[in-house]
Amino acid sequence: MTSKEKFGYFFTLHRSGLTVLALSLAVLLFPLFEDNPYTLGLTNLIAINTIVVLGLNLFIGYAGQISLGHAAFFGLGAYGSAIGSTTFGLPPWPTMLLVAVLVALVALLVGIPALRLSGHYLAMATLGLNFVLHTILLQWDEVTGGPSGFSGIPSLALGRFEFADEFRLHYLLWGVALLVLLLCLNLVRSGVGRGLAALAGDEVAAAALGVDTKTAKVKVFVLSAVLASLAGSLFAHCYAFVSPDSFNIFVSADLVIMVVIGGMGSVWGSLFGAALITVLPEWLDMFETYKDFVHGGILVLVLIFLPQGLVTGLIETVRIRLALRRSKDAAA
Amino acid sequence: MSSQDLLQFIFAGLTSGSIYALIAIGFCVVNNTMGIVNFVQVDFITLGGMLMFSALFTLGVPLAAGLLLAVSGVALVAMLVERCGLRPCRSENHLVLIFLTVGLSIILRGLIKMFWGKNRMALPPLTPDEPIRIFGASVLPQALWILLLTLCAIALLTWFFYRTPLGLAMRAVASNPTAAAVVGIPAGRVRLTSYAVAGALGGLAGVLVTPITTLNYDVGVLLGLKGFAAAILGGFGSFPGAVLGGVGLGLLESLSAGYLSSAYKDVVAFVVLLAVLFVRPKGLLGK
Amino acid sequence: MLQLEQVSKNFGGLPALDEVSFGVPQGQIVALIGPNGAGKTTLINCITGVLPATSGRIHFRGQPIEARQPHQIARYGISRTFQNLKLFPRLSVLDNVLTGLTCEGGDSILMAMLRFPYLRHRERQLKLRALEALDRFRLADKAHWPAAVLAYGDRKRVELARATVGRPDLVLLDEPVAGLNTEETAEVAEQLKRLRSAGHTLLLVEHDMELVMTVADRVVVLDSGRCIAVGSPDEVRSNPLVLRAYLGQMEATT
Repeated sequence: MTSKEKFGYFFTLHRSGLTVLALSLAVLLFPLFEDNPYTLGLTNLIAINTIVVLGLNLFIGYAGQISLGHAAFFGLGAYGSAIGSTTFGLPPWPTMLLVAVLVALVALLVGIPALRLSGHYLAMATLGLNFVLHTILLQWDEVTGGPSGFSGIPSLALGRFEFADEFRLHYLLWGVALLVLLLCLNLVRSGVGRGLAALAGDEVAAAALGVDTKTAKVKVFVLSAVLASLAGSLFAHCYAFVSPDSFNIFVSADLVIMVVIGGMGSVWGSLFGAALITVLPEWLDMFETYKDFVHGGILVLVLIFLPQGLVTGLIETVRIRLALRRSKDAAA
Repeated sequence: MSSQDLLQFIFAGLTSGSIYALIAIGFCVVNNTMGIVNFVQVDFITLGGMLMFSALFTLGVPLAAGLLLAVSGVALVAMLVERCGLRPCRSENHLVLIFLTVGLSIILRGLIKMFWGKNRMALPPLTPDEPIRIFGASVLPQALWILLLTLCAIALLTWFFYRTPLGLAMRAVASNPTAAAVVGIPAGRVRLTSYAVAGALGGLAGVLVTPITTLNYDVGVLLGLKGFAAAILGGFGSFPGAVLGGVGLGLLESLSAGYLSSAYKDVVAFVVLLAVLFVRPKGLLGK
Repeated sequence: MLQLEQVSKNFGGLPALDEVSFGVPQGQIVALIGPNGAGKTTLINCITGVLPATSGRIHFRGQPIEARQPHQIARYGISRTFQNLKLFPRLSVLDNVLTGLTCEGGDSILMAMLRFPYLRHRERQLKLRALEALDRFRLADKAHWPAAVLAYGDRKRVELARATVGRPDLVLLDEPVAGLNTEETAEVAEQLKRLRSAGHTLLLVEHDMELVMTVADRVVVLDSGRCIAVGSPDEVRSNPLVLRAYLGQMEATT
């Protein structure tokens, strides 16, 4: 093996790890070049959305199911942390965990009956959950603050180091997002992940290989709900203010669009999808008027032409082209 | 509580129940022919109300003509949605198709927002708003119209499904898609028709209900969700089930609003949905 | 090893399997043959739990398995291939074979996410075993191709590799040579014999009589859901009931 080949082999073997490393470096250095709080606020939002989308993408891409109510779990996390740490004065970090456990229970409650059935009952069940949560957030104003929102949420702190400005939050949020990204990468590259990929491919075949399909679907659903809840808690502490409209069903639809753009089952695609849809309104001035067309149009076009999702679809097309060319070369 | 109040609630329940039944049948028709949940159904409802509004105030046509115009207009849009939105997709994967209907629904909602704006509008009822007293309960004439027209729509549908060749083809596809394809039933036309029917039903529901609620660009979302809950309650895919589920859900909702709390009236449908999935997933009349 | 006792399956009143009883002894190749619509694939689906049997008992190594879920049955050591290939087109060939080792990675999602060193170690070992299996089926050079681009014959071999990589006690093969040419069929026959000598027990559903006669130790004949003959290939070949079932079908089709 020449040194060049060795390098190539090393690179292929560790490409995920190296990409994570490169990304971490970029995240670490980014605030040195860009210290505009507005831009940092935007990238911080990307980090939060990435956490939600990673979970949702695992669920859609690997369980082959649809959740149209992930904003509900996001919102439960946000309001849970807000109420716990402000109204009851509990310490923020443990509250975050406690809320995540409660959200996991809610997800179990919705997921077990709806995922037991074949078909897409979960889509409507989660949509319903989202609607109910939104109604409760609006109506129960003595606890949630009603339509005007909930303010005065304390910021997170490690010891005496408070994550109070965009600069510090950048490191906190991206740290968490990268950690979640790494965990998801580990998952999809493990035996469990392959079992889930089999489940997404063909349920009967997956069961014949020993994958407990029903339980696996529920587990991934709960995992995605927990990630959404954690992201929600971070969101609440980061902005110190939450209002019901951040968690309505249209937000859920946006999350789904992020997943479809990234590609179903793609961890890196989630990052891309979250970034694109978060930044898009900044690029297009008249976006507010045409938001629905852009979002809906992207979703429809991607699904018609690349049903696996934009990024995955493109990568897969290239991979298959390459492999076909190689097999032709081998034949010749 | 007096029996008068009870009667009042029952009338209210029947009225909203009829609307849910119409929407539920719309969901079932598409589900039976394509095996998917059609999210665009939600916007068919809104569009029905909007077209009625324009027909009355922009074109200035009489009520009956406006009603026909709105319903057939939504049916036409529904066919366009199927032909231009769903047909080009090569994937047979249900996940992809359902996402596609979500995307189409977002686009349609955007169009509605663009044409009619984001403001709330008011649609006049079919006949003047003087409550009629029936056994001591006061009933709006619009409620009677809703009951009557729902019955007409159901009768018309029954005739269509059992007395016309296309209706037979659609029932054949619903009971066994593969066999239907083998004997040469045109799948494309059946899909197109199912969308037209779903659109017409959604449009009718929209025209009838928006004078009672209000009319704005996302009024259909909540109604659609309740219609779906009704379809599940009755047994997803079953037409008698959809009617029963709709009426059942309407009654549950109005009784709980009357006797428990009206603030959380909208939560009832969701609780019913979950309870059905837990206890009897095939619904009341499901196979 | 596998024992079926009066297994019946009705589809809405229509009997697809009617009190089928036979056994599959350890270390043998048992072929399940019969005319089209005899219920062969239905029987495979009943054994693997995809379709629950209406009545009857199925024992595997003395344990009743008729009421078990498909994944539980797979974990008892029964693997299968499918008549209409069920590979995962988006995964690479290697990953497809690795899914055959799912039963051995009984980890929780949490463990997998944290990727402990012992997992990394085991992952490497699983990968080695999968590569060995690919080597056995002469697919090692295509290990990193997406399964979607493989030729039909290669796909069948990947499915065989996937079904055998986990060293299951019993492998159910649903028409392993359907659609293959003579050369490829002969190769599969060799593979089957090699699997037998490696200690696997095979239950084979097949239409190709030549293959059945060359590799099978025992033959079970199904006709219209009934088991009409069990015996060695020679016995079955001369059984008048079997002849009638097959001839009758030939008369009907010609």
